[in-house]
Amino acid sequence: MSKTAKVIELDQVVVRFSGDSGDGMQLTGTLFSNLSAILGNEISTFPDYPAEIRAPQGTLGGVSGFQVHLGAQKINTPGDQADVLVVMNPAALKVNVKAIKPGGVILFDENTFDESGLKKAGFVTDNPFEELGLKNVQLLGAPLTDLTKLSLEDSGFDNKTIVRSKNMFALGLACWLFNRPIDKAQHFLETKFAKKPAILHANIKVLIDGFNYGSNTHAAVSTYHIGKSEIDKGRYTSINGNKAAAFGLIAAAEKAGLQLFLGSYPITPATDVMHELAARKDLGVRVVQSEDEIAGICTAIGASFAGNLAATSTSGPGLALKSEAIGLAVMAELPLVIIDVQRGGPSTGLPTKTEQADLLQALYGRNGECPLVVIAAGTPDDCFDYAYMAAKIAVEHVTPVILLTDGFIANGTSLWKLPKLSEYPAIVVPRPTEPAETWKAYMRDPEKLNRYWVAPGTPGYNHRVGGLEKDFLTGAISTDPKNHQKMVDIRQAKIDKIADYIPELEIYGDASADTLIVGWGGTCGHLRSAVDKLNETGSKAALAHFNYIMPLPKNTREVLSNYKKIVVCELNNGQFVSYLRSQLPEITFSQFNKVQGQPFEVHEIVEHITSL
Amino acid sequence: MSSQTYTAQDFKSDQYVRWCPGCGDFAILNSIYKAMAELGVDPSQTAVISGIGCSSRLTYYMNTYGFHTIHGRAAAVATGVKSANPALTVWQFTGDGDCLAIGGNHFIHAVRRNIDINIVLHNNEIYGLTKGQYSPTSKKGLVTKSSPFGTIERPFRPAELTFGARGTFFARTIDVDTKGSTDVMVAAAKHKGTSVVEVLQNCVIFNDGAHKEISSKEARAEKTITLEQGKPMLFGKDNEKGLMLDGFNLKVVTLGENGITEKDILVHDATTEDNTLHLKLANMTGPDMPVAMGVIRNFATSTYNDELVQQIEEVQAKSKIKTFDDLLKSLDSWEI
Repeated sequence: MSKTAKVIELDQVVVRFSGDSGDGMQLTGTLFSNLSAILGNEISTFPDYPAEIRAPQGTLGGVSGFQVHLGAQKINTPGDQADVLVVMNPAALKVNVKAIKPGGVILFDENTFDESGLKKAGFVTDNPFEELGLKNVQLLGAPLTDLTKLSLEDSGFDNKTIVRSKNMFALGLACWLFNRPIDKAQHFLETKFAKKPAILHANIKVLIDGFNYGSNTHAAVSTYHIGKSEIDKGRYTSINGNKAAAFGLIAAAEKAGLQLFLGSYPITPATDVMHELAARKDLGVRVVQSEDEIAGICTAIGASFAGNLAATSTSGPGLALKSEAIGLAVMAELPLVIIDVQRGGPSTGLPTKTEQADLLQALYGRNGECPLVVIAAGTPDDCFDYAYMAAKIAVEHVTPVILLTDGFIANGTSLWKLPKLSEYPAIVVPRPTEPAETWKAYMRDPEKLNRYWVAPGTPGYNHRVGGLEKDFLTGAISTDPKNHQKMVDIRQAKIDKIADYIPELEIYGDASADTLIVGWGGTCGHLRSAVDKLNETGSKAALAHFNYIMPLPKNTREVLSNYKKIVVCELNNGQFVSYLRSQLPEITFSQFNKVQGQPFEVHEIVEHITSL
Repeated sequence: MSSQTYTAQDFKSDQYVRWCPGCGDFAILNSIYKAMAELGVDPSQTAVISGIGCSSRLTYYMNTYGFHTIHGRAAAVATGVKSANPALTVWQFTGDGDCLAIGGNHFIHAVRRNIDINIVLHNNEIYGLTKGQYSPTSKKGLVTKSSPFGTIERPFRPAELTFGARGTFFARTIDVDTKGSTDVMVAAAKHKGTSVVEVLQNCVIFNDGAHKEISSKEARAEKTITLEQGKPMLFGKDNEKGLMLDGFNLKVVTLGENGITEKDILVHDATTEDNTLHLKLANMTGPDMPVAMGVIRNFATSTYNDELVQQIEEVQAKSKIKTFDDLLKSLDSWEI
């Protein structure tokens, strides 16, 4: 073998790290994707982890994965299948057998592929690759455990701690395989383990040894290089959807000149929103970790009544618990942002997996005629924009807004160009123009139809609100039948009016195509990639992707009327399509659905569309 | 607090009060008006939060800021109000069903956090607005529409629940005693932390006479003891009876009998951190023991809202991140 391995230029590659949930695969994957981003690659990542914190070691139930898609071009998704699969044990191999591309590379820890490891993963022969029918793959075995032990034999650490570092050996190998300078990885480790210098040094040593092992032994025939992406010049970071959503709220509060409040109860996969905001005491963010989901939203409603920009964050089961309180916020007409990070349901369902099955709950899951705004973020980074817009609409139109994200975009990361807050639209708090003496609690803005927002502490504007039906002007309790009709109509009209204040629907792809793919929320990346692929291969296709759901963009009917075939693709049994059918009964929709707790794969959509 | 003085009238809204004639809530409402006037807090700086039930309608009768919320959740809403703006004086009016059944979780957690809100618990031992079902404080055996053969459930004692949640303030009064009610409400508002005031209330329609044993002036003198800070625990028409310790228990003694003088009588201290004696006092029931009224526990410690603000100020003093832009700059980022 020559001293330098052949370098193959790629414009994109998908790498999947997989191992026990205690193997540190999330950290390994995050480091690998971040250092690729620093090198100028586009990235999209997808952590796929089990609900069990530590399932029995080596078993299928405990396998945790992290997939990253790197590219020199725009990357919309974490990729369907991996070009390179890193597996720390036989269980990880078994779980990911379908995740590897034909011709791909499997990098595995030879030490764990022993009799006991194979047995735990349920293999019956001593050749798991053959047993799984894996033929057209390049196997790259290395005794990762033994090499890590050698690397740290003088460290003084106990065996358990040493073995735990083998993820860094794998990362070192991956860095070599993809020509990633390891000093960048070192930089991230220094931040991560700043307070644990001994662990930091051990990790760096193993990382370097892993890189050198690959380089010295030419573990693979060739290595890969992915060129720099040609995206907009600027300052970037990588961000996941939960963090981006939290930042969106912080930005909106600053822009509006309001104090930010979050009332929240821990729930997978939404809890990181609370973690991010709880850490922002420096920006004056007030977070109450409440005693339950109901108190999460009720503290937020109280804070909104008291004049804060208030939010609550949750996932499906929590949204169900909050529904009565959401009705109160609709009735009292208070600004409120409710972030629902959707997960597999019903009931406890698949807590760590993704789904889009809370849409109808968000739209209709309350007693009475109870309209509110529903918007949905599309990618990890645009969770920032839509959280910002959710807050802007909530404040300016004095209404609750549900922001739907999902486990996939909430935990997945993408590259994020640091925003300039000065370029974001102003948020104007609707205070009454009427003097206190003549002001009434349910006076409305004649254009937007919102009532005005006056917090306790404001001299002279003392008033009462509540869940009972109100007189349309004074806000006093009213059981008058005509008044109720009027208030029901006004509450709906207020939401409908918001269509005048949101962007119109735009078409992605070939607008002149006959076939229109329709999607909403977190499937944005997969649907865009599918449309790109279809257009590259000569099947013309367009995409209408919705971020504003209630109300729909004003031009929805006009846009959708232009297409002969409309396929609504979503990760549920057809919730958005049923909503569209009810709103636009004259338009014919077909549907493509998947409810497996997993994102779409681009090829599934491409194959479905071409089969029509 | 402002230097302006207020009268009860300043706290009355223009809404017609719609409770049943003879309802104990009328008297409680008057005590609240008086207490608020005495406290002298601007009605614009006062937020009254309630849940659902007869008592919760009270919000509409107050000329303050008010929020009539949903069943059981007032403590959570009030927690949000106080956390968002600790400068406000926050009151919660609630009933035994609203506070201790559907709202039990929020109640104990508000008390545990010691957030500075004043919870007035109208305890009529019955569900009124849904027309007469037993509540979590109904006496065992009570015949109601939902317990036609008598309830088999053991009731909560609100004081015991408050102490179990590490409550720092508990007072008890009875609706008909406007003076006593006003006094404990003023004390509750002055206490920093969650104050729980249990008002024994009569429901003339569904549970008339629930507290009749101690509702008349004469009965109150004989069968209740009004505890006062630093004063001996005396009661009776002529203050001739008192409380002493007998082992771990309280006992009633008569001054002058067996050589007992006022010096032998326990002196009330509501301010101790240890709540053992407070619990003993709060749990006294007739006919052998007097029912304790007044401020039973009033222990000063840090509040949730003060610590929340303090922690923010401490972090802000140390952090370089003052704006959203600073936050962005603090991230690991790179030029492309």
